[in-house]
Amino acid sequence: MNLLGKLDWNALPLDQPIPMIASAAVALGILAVLAWVVIRGYFPYLWREWLTSVDHKRIGVMYTLLAMVMLLRGFSDALMMRSQQAIAFHSQGYLPPEHYDQVFSAHGTIMIFFVAMPFLIGLMNFVLPLQLGVRDVAFPTLNSVSLWLTATGALLVNLSLGIGEFARTGWLPYPPLSELTYSPGVGVDYYLWSLEISGVGTLLTGINFVTTILKLRAPGMTYMRMPMFCWTALASSLLIVAAFPILTATLAMLILDRYLGFHFFTNEAGGNVMMFVNLIWAWGHPEVYILVLPAFGIFSEVVSTFSGKPLFGYRSMVIATMAICLLSFMVWLHHFFTMGAGADVNAVFGVMSMIIAVPTGVKVFNWLFTMYGGRIRFETPILWAVGFMVTFVIGGMTGVLLAVPPADFLLHNSLFLVAHFHNVIIGGVLFGAFAGYEYWFPKAFGFRLHGGLGKAAFWCWFIGFYLAFMPLYVVGLEGMTRRMQHYDVPEWRPWLLVAAVGAIVILAGIVCQIAQLVVSIMRRDELRDVTGDPWNGRSLEWSTASPPPAFNFAVLPVVHGLDAYWDIKQRAREPTQAPSELRYEPIETPRNSPTGFVCAFFATAMGFSLIWHIWWLAIAGLVGAWATFVVFAWRDRVETVIPAGEVARIDRRNREARFEALAVRTP
Amino acid sequence: MTAEHAIDPNGIGEMGPKGVAATGRGAGGPASKRVYVGYGFWIFILSDMVMFSAFFAAYAVLAGATAGGPSGRQLFDLNNVAWETACLLLSSFACGLASLAAAGRNALWFHVAMAATFTLGAAFLGFEIKEFAGLAAAGDGPQRSAFLSAFFTLVGCHGLHITAGLLWLLTMMAQVVAKGFRADILRRIHCFVLFWHALDIVWVAIFTVVYLMGKAP
Repeated sequence: MNLLGKLDWNALPLDQPIPMIASAAVALGILAVLAWVVIRGYFPYLWREWLTSVDHKRIGVMYTLLAMVMLLRGFSDALMMRSQQAIAFHSQGYLPPEHYDQVFSAHGTIMIFFVAMPFLIGLMNFVLPLQLGVRDVAFPTLNSVSLWLTATGALLVNLSLGIGEFARTGWLPYPPLSELTYSPGVGVDYYLWSLEISGVGTLLTGINFVTTILKLRAPGMTYMRMPMFCWTALASSLLIVAAFPILTATLAMLILDRYLGFHFFTNEAGGNVMMFVNLIWAWGHPEVYILVLPAFGIFSEVVSTFSGKPLFGYRSMVIATMAICLLSFMVWLHHFFTMGAGADVNAVFGVMSMIIAVPTGVKVFNWLFTMYGGRIRFETPILWAVGFMVTFVIGGMTGVLLAVPPADFLLHNSLFLVAHFHNVIIGGVLFGAFAGYEYWFPKAFGFRLHGGLGKAAFWCWFIGFYLAFMPLYVVGLEGMTRRMQHYDVPEWRPWLLVAAVGAIVILAGIVCQIAQLVVSIMRRDELRDVTGDPWNGRSLEWSTASPPPAFNFAVLPVVHGLDAYWDIKQRAREPTQAPSELRYEPIETPRNSPTGFVCAFFATAMGFSLIWHIWWLAIAGLVGAWATFVVFAWRDRVETVIPAGEVARIDRRNREARFEALAVRTP
Repeated sequence: MTAEHAIDPNGIGEMGPKGVAATGRGAGGPASKRVYVGYGFWIFILSDMVMFSAFFAAYAVLAGATAGGPSGRQLFDLNNVAWETACLLLSSFACGLASLAAAGRNALWFHVAMAATFTLGAAFLGFEIKEFAGLAAAGDGPQRSAFLSAFFTLVGCHGLHITAGLLWLLTMMAQVVAKGFRADILRRIHCFVLFWHALDIVWVAIFTVVYLMGKAP
């Protein structure tokens, strides 16, 4: 028996220069960062304050950081695809087919699961408890477990770059191609186990957020007083709870097919390939709303804040959000009209898909009417919001076009489809994530991001997006199918060259974003905000210090209406409401715990060993993860108490700094 | 009847003191930990039900795909299933007794009832393993046909949940011995009881959809 399963020296891609150099560079980068951390003596700080933190703000920041690092990886794949298609006219280009197939599979998987998801979950983590006026999410340690399981998934996907291979089956591994017969390597197994593990993390996050939003809110915050972002986060979390178990079950069936010879989706013994497609899209369509709904929430906050007006049509916005939440489960079949379900079934799903455009349209009009008559300040976040509105409407309209079954028969699997979903995911989700990043960064770190570089980044992304994806609509209409490693149709060539230029312009946008972060950190004293409210905000997160203390609010705020903090600021202007000294009480905060990190360590070992059939290590990993939970359950002190005096000291200092700053600003 | 009982008849922290709005409902501020821990676990159970429904859907699609092999009518032994069901439902009853004992802080009866829950749950598992082993030995394992793949996965997934539940049960007994009926231990017992009863509901669905409907002429 081989102790290392299928793993041997052949797993290293020594004969393929691109993955070899890339993975060596990544490994060196990680080693350099680790060495720097250890040599400078930062490790104890990092372990104590971040890796074992159960504070929702820290976890949110780490999620977002993970997403931004993975964005670089996913974008490198995008650059490779665009450059390959730019040169692979009547030639093989520089990426052989088996490598090109891995690149587009990894690109999709990483961008959806390890960029878009953690970015939005990170923002939700950071913002939700602050907007709800409470001290943490419902289950702080579970939150840390979620983060680290997501990181495990990301790690496994990236390990496939240097050890073995990644799936060649696209971002959704359709059988029978993904079955053992046609994909005998470890690529699909990397995909399956990294998503099973990170999927558990996402599910736990969903449960955590639903409980937090429904059960933990500041006194007086009824449902109809919740900020819009909380509503969209609720809808998104409900969708996670209802949809992610389907993904877990579906991938489990494929795992059973591949590992134990079951026949769920095989060609023989009665397996049903289309059942996979149905099941995966029963998760997959809600998934796109899991991504885009929080982005809608971010735009609602940003548009209302920078227009200096309450959100137009708050109630209709809530109804639209929940309508989308419900409808998103009734349209999955539009991803495979060509399956042959018949005209009636296709018609029903086509009509349902078009109906979703109605609540979405309501939202767009609400944002426009919020801006109408407002005193708009064109800071970076609202640039992303306006860019989103223009772009998303175009993407939405091509979506309605694709929802017409006869048109879909022509456009199915073409680059028109690829252009459509990039149009809504980049224009909707990613622009939303960037808007939220710009908007809440000063809350998280106490200083703003550099404005000029932020605007430059926006314009590069915006123009680059149109250059990169509008041509794909054209070549799609001209019949170019997706995932082509080379081609010989001369009409497509100029468009693909333009698309490659677009990708380079987007690259310039990313360079601007990195520069923005570096410059902002270097000039943090100039960009410092001590008021805690740099944008003249409306919801409760702006009522506390930046960065907020561990307990968020020294005294839980009492909410009297929508736009709770705006309300408080208006009352404070009335002279009768003199700011009185608050009554401070000791605050219990959850103790930090290495449970999440240790659990993820075992999950990584288990995932890796299952991929490579190292059975003893898989069992050891499972036992280790279980033991971690028992040890966690055994501890006696789960909370630390911050004494009232300490709370008062921190809060008075923050309040004084704020009043001084405000006095300077309004003499 | 204590004063506390009068305000909060179900003992679940539903209502605040008289004249004060309930917590966790908007007006009264955050709910108590006791309430939201149970609430969160309910949400988890909902997600688990969704996962089971995916396996049920797969079973429904593949139930006829026997690929020339045996069908449920030829394979299922309702006697075995009846014993299984009896064991599981009785273990749920014992589990209910355990939760009453925990509510009354009676360690002896808690352990007796939990031991009964464990024994009956393990017996259920024994019957299931016997059925699975019999099928596999006769060449009717999950590799035989898509129908059998779906059958083994759906029923086996429930069996895995029972196994995890038994491990959790033992952990809870050990925790009560080591820590007593502390507030956090009681919350975990509450979640465990919810889990165990939820598995009963899933079993009732399996019993009906897989065995009764599979055996029906």
